[in-house]
Amino acid sequence: MNIIVCIKRVPDTADAAVNIDSSGKDIVKDRLTFDINESDNYALEEAILLKEKLGGTVTIVSVGPPECEDTLRMGLAKGADTAIRITDERFTETDGFAIAEIIKSAIKDLDFDLVLTGCIATDDGASQVGPTLAELMDIPHATLVTKIDVNNGVVRVHKELEGGLTEVFDIKLPALFAIQTGINEPRYASLIAIRRAAAKEIKVLGAGELGIEEVSLKTKVESLFRPPVAKHAEILQGTPDEVSTKLAQILLSS
Amino acid sequence: MKKIFSLVEHRRGEIPDVSYELLTKGRELAKQENGEFTALVLGHNVKEFAEKIKKEADRVFVVDKEFLKEPNAEAYQIVLSDILKKESPFLTLIGHTALGMDLASSLATSLNIPIATDCVGIDIEDTGKMPVLLVTRQPYNGKLNAKVSFAAGSQFMITVRQGAFTSEQGNLSGKIIDIASPIEKEPDYRKFIEYIEAVVGAVDITQAEVVVAVGRGIKEKENMSLIEELANSLGGVVACSRPIVDADWLPKDRQVGSSGKIVKPKLYIAIGISGAFQHIMGMKNADTIVAINKDPNAPIFNEADYGIVDDLFKVVPVLKNKIKELKAS
Ligand SMILES: Cc1cc2nc3c(=O)[nH]c(=O)nc-3n(C[C@H](O)[C@H](O)[C@H](O)COP(=O)(O)OP(=O)(O)OC[C@H]3O[C@@H](n4cnc5c(N)ncnc54)[C@H](O)[C@@H]3O)c2cc1C
Ligand SMILES: Nc1ncnc2c1ncn2[C@@H]1O[C@H](COP(=O)(O)O)[C@@H](O)[C@H]1O
Repeated sequence: MNIIVCIKRVPDTADAAVNIDSSGKDIVKDRLTFDINESDNYALEEAILLKEKLGGTVTIVSVGPPECEDTLRMGLAKGADTAIRITDERFTETDGFAIAEIIKSAIKDLDFDLVLTGCIATDDGASQVGPTLAELMDIPHATLVTKIDVNNGVVRVHKELEGGLTEVFDIKLPALFAIQTGINEPRYASLIAIRRAAAKEIKVLGAGELGIEEVSLKTKVESLFRPPVAKHAEILQGTPDEVSTKLAQILLSS
Repeated sequence: MKKIFSLVEHRRGEIPDVSYELLTKGRELAKQENGEFTALVLGHNVKEFAEKIKKEADRVFVVDKEFLKEPNAEAYQIVLSDILKKESPFLTLIGHTALGMDLASSLATSLNIPIATDCVGIDIEDTGKMPVLLVTRQPYNGKLNAKVSFAAGSQFMITVRQGAFTSEQGNLSGKIIDIASPIEKEPDYRKFIEYIEAVVGAVDITQAEVVVAVGRGIKEKENMSLIEELANSLGGVVACSRPIVDADWLPKDRQVGSSGKIVKPKLYIAIGISGAFQHIMGMKNADTIVAINKDPNAPIFNEADYGIVDDLFKVVPVLKNKIKELKAS
């Protein structure tokens, strides 16, 4: 079972202030910390689990700047065999379709049975790259996948629907699955493995190697702005003791 | 004349709200553009559905086939791509649902149509020459909005967030049109097997009057007892956001949100929860919402009635004691 996992390095914005930069189209990134996208971490773990069970290889692919190599190295430390970073000045402005086209050109000639992506990138929140890539590669796919059982070239897939309902279906390999969080328990790499991965080579591919003249954008961010707020909470002010007293009174009187 | 299409989803006999929202939005845009609005219904024995939504559209396209009984994205793609090729609508709207996520990006790619996903706003602006389509999206988990434009073209596709638009009943008298399917059975590469129902646990959070919900801000499993004690002091139940279930700190039936439970308690306290829309969808109708979060810009504060911007580890233990004191006095 040879598996390709698409990994995106994203800023952690859940805990941090997100500010718009001077172009008005992007965010200020220099004070943010970056890490592997949450659902990609589960996709990577699923690939490693499948490899441990069925044999084969795990190749991880990321489109992004040199800093992505930290993320890819961590993937190698956890058990991926090969890492590919795709980068080019011509790829600075992209969209979901462009990313899928770029990844396709990098993996189309590889020998694989399965492609895994995350189900959503927490920065753009598009849930687009997986299904787009599958269509470009002409393989079947499913998103929000919460269980994978491989059986003689057919995968029994669990897909999460609204309200906690699960849909079960069979998909023929080769296929692409966009993995939902919670499918497994992502591992941590050991210090020794991290040290060993530091010496591994990461293949870097550019537009030239991929035979891409320029990326065709289908959508473009025109501007970023703060969401208009219909209603904002009344913020209770004071020390923890003061706000707790106020809130306790509100709670017990409502 | 501009054609606008909306896909009407249905599963196990039910049409989700988002489909009505798409019908309303599609109809509205078609009216604005002097266009024609078509609702798409795929399924088996769906006459009843078609009759039900006749009022919502100028035309209701019905593809009725046994193999379309369950919504199967790969089968839907083959059928819809055939229809869209023949009809070339200016705009096709699909819900950003579990089905829509599988279907739309792949369908748009196969037809070489630009697509924007999970949109919360759609505007067609008339600039004189060509009408310009702009959508609003919410990157960074709702912390920012983005206006997004499309590459020049004559056809576009948009997936729409559930609850982003309101729904109103239409007063059209749509013509129901039977459309032939290009295939007679589902493709052999994706075969439906069964549904598995959500697990039912011991505590039903949908019935509780007070729900104390905890999110990733709680950091460690060991800290969960803080939340339990607070819930106990208020006579409420503990619920949570998705990462807490993903980490196995609470069972799935405690998860609030689009892929969990919808709750409408008298009081909902969100602690260390950022307020991603998938979570908001599950609790926005609570009578009173309180949020405790150290990030003043957390989207949860746009839903809450009362907020405390501070470290939950400083506030929650004190709050629990104050409640006990007040109750005793
Ligand atoms: C298809 C799909 C379905 C989904 N369904 C659901 C669903 O049903 N329910 C759901 O909840 N999510 C769902 N999600 C996930 C959702 O997108 C978010 O990732 C999730 O809700 C985030 O949970 P959180 O707010 O606990 O974590 P985060 O977004 O990481 O937020 C943690 C918050 O804690 C705060 N915090 C950290 N430390 C402290 C502290 N010491 N004191 C106070 N505050 C602190 C931070 O400021 C931050 O706001 C779904 C996602 C997808 C793609
Ligand atoms: N730049 C990238 N490099 C590698 N994989 C990516 C990239 N962008 C998106 N992906 C993959 O596509 C998934 C969905 O991303 P998105 O469509 O942006 O929400 C992510 O979880 C990744 O697995």
